[in-house]
Amino acid sequence: MSQARIPSVGPARIVRRGLIMSVVGLVGLAAVYVLALGYTPVEARQGLAQKIFYLHVPSAWSALLAFSLVGIASALYLWLHDQRLDRFAAASAEVGVAFSLVMLTTGPIWAKPIWGTWWTWDARLTLTLFLFFLFIGYLALRAAVHDRAERARFSAVVGILGMLLVPFIHLSVYLFRTLHPQPIVLKPSEPSLPPEMLRTLLVATVVFTLLYLGLVTTRYGLALADDAREEAHDSA
Amino acid sequence: MPSHDGVALIEARGLQRSYGRVRILRGVDLSLSPGEALAIIGPNGAGKTTLLRLLSGLLRPDAGEIRVLGEKLTPGAHDTRKAIGLLSHQSLLYDDLTLRENLAFAARLYGLGQPGRTAEDALRSAGMIDRGAELPRRLSRGLLQRAALARALLHSPSVILLDEPFTALDAAAAERLRADLRSRLAGGAAIVVVTHQLGDVWELATRVAVLIRGQWAADEPRSESVDAFLGRYRAMTDG
Amino acid sequence: MARAIRLVLAVAAKDIRAELRSRTALLSALVFAALVLVVFNFARDPTALAAATLAPSVLWVTFALAAMVAMNRAFTVERENSALDGLLLAPVSREALFLGKLLANLAFVGTVELVTLPLFTLFFNVSLWPHLPGILGVTALATIGFVAVGTIFSAMAVRTRFAELMLPVLLLPFMVPPLIGAVQVTSRLLADRPLSEMWGWLRLLALYDIVFVTLCTLAFSAVVDE
Repeated sequence: MSQARIPSVGPARIVRRGLIMSVVGLVGLAAVYVLALGYTPVEARQGLAQKIFYLHVPSAWSALLAFSLVGIASALYLWLHDQRLDRFAAASAEVGVAFSLVMLTTGPIWAKPIWGTWWTWDARLTLTLFLFFLFIGYLALRAAVHDRAERARFSAVVGILGMLLVPFIHLSVYLFRTLHPQPIVLKPSEPSLPPEMLRTLLVATVVFTLLYLGLVTTRYGLALADDAREEAHDSA
Repeated sequence: MPSHDGVALIEARGLQRSYGRVRILRGVDLSLSPGEALAIIGPNGAGKTTLLRLLSGLLRPDAGEIRVLGEKLTPGAHDTRKAIGLLSHQSLLYDDLTLRENLAFAARLYGLGQPGRTAEDALRSAGMIDRGAELPRRLSRGLLQRAALARALLHSPSVILLDEPFTALDAAAAERLRADLRSRLAGGAAIVVVTHQLGDVWELATRVAVLIRGQWAADEPRSESVDAFLGRYRAMTDG
Repeated sequence: MARAIRLVLAVAAKDIRAELRSRTALLSALVFAALVLVVFNFARDPTALAAATLAPSVLWVTFALAAMVAMNRAFTVERENSALDGLLLAPVSREALFLGKLLANLAFVGTVELVTLPLFTLFFNVSLWPHLPGILGVTALATIGFVAVGTIFSAMAVRTRFAELMLPVLLLPFMVPPLIGAVQVTSRLLADRPLSEMWGWLRLLALYDIVFVTLCTLAFSAVVDE
């Protein structure tokens, strides 16, 4: 069962699809910049600094998406023992680390003019930082295990435990202290965001989701290509 | 491999296993009835140790299945696991526990009554009753091997898997081991023994097999002299 | 069930007996804990910060670091002579094996914590004794959860390169919720705050224990069975 099944689509095709999606995502990203700078109004109290919100929030979304999918793929791996799930989890973790880096850098850039400090131990910021550490640990573990079946089992266990750790970290840092702006977009009463901002944010979220999918697909395809090459090498 | 009379004690079909990207076993069949002893020989890296680890349940096969006493060997199949005894390259003994404590702990793992008594009995039949209070790391290689054998056979398994059992044993200890194995065979056990010293087990074996690159190159009843067989074996490995 | 409990106890007793004979891990963890306490005392500016303000954090950071040292040993003993194979060969459920190892680890970490407590009151001049039952209670509640996670991670770490480094990198994020909770409850205990102010934290700690002990017990087979 530790044998990778033959993928229904060739790795090269998967990589190509991933690259196309990533390029579309990057074009979309340029559009988000234009929208954020030209279309949305300048926020009254925060001024231009608020514009970073259109990168910060969607990258947070993509990072969370990435890490949730690592957890789900890990659980499925332990059930089905399909190597592709392991490759997908690894790809998703790598991309997730990249998005959480975007989130961790845009956060302080915004916080400095608005909160007057680069870093605060605010609940969501702390949660993000620990997510980042958690998945750095996940990737470090993968690098330190040689046998690939063992690597898949170990990292699946860490992936599942990590997914369940997130609510605990959230709850504890939240109980600890918080001064992060409360989510106002999805408040049940009425969104207090001007429609231009809301639309731009939605576009940005779609773009970042596309970027996530593109990058993960590319990385996943490359991993499959590696496997295929090594298998060909062994049987030769 | 044909199974002879009655139900096979251990039966394997189409075993395959890779380690990392290297394919170790490429489809191995095996079937042993009570009283049968199979001696396996093969060059380094042929997959002999992997085969024993699969048969013991320590490794799961990538493909194929193993049945012990007709039951499929799975991690949860406790009765099946109880029927298996494995002597591996390692002693499986804790360096910070005395031999007596090690054996008593093993007895507890196998759910044997009176672990202390069982440990004493095992020490006595291994001729090590005066060594019970010693720590494994203080023992010589040969004594350690005898202790490891005592641990592996403590629960009187009916399927006995031995990886190089005669390593480091002196002539007297080797003879005692052969006598012990012979009486276990007479009692209805089956033995798989992997060895480079085929002469040590030749008289004991009912069948001999050659494993090369993860497949049987020969598998037959023992019929000729050990030298004649080794002559053919050399031809197989050269080819 | 009775057999499973006997097995859990046998595995734990085996670990404790082996450790009492060599004493290496336990003694190093104890010395390590004492050293951390001493270092903390000198890392604090005595004119700016009263010892009592910092005390709960110091106590828990010391516990966490010492626990890590103590837990690294859990599966190194199983590695010698491939003893773990001996456990896995036996007709024993993986859940019982895990709980046995967990119990032994709790005994080690608990011992280190119990010895650290008097040292802590001595070095930091905090009077713990009036609050002892509460402190012991929250210590147990916080320790069980992260030791469960540490036990399963140490089973993985011994099979990796850089084992001693891998355990802290994996485990520290998992120590965050119990650590924050334990520090909060400890400081409220020391300040004689009412139980109602700790209730939320205590529930969080208990929930963490339940979730992670269960999960790690079930996941153990995926770690050890090849």
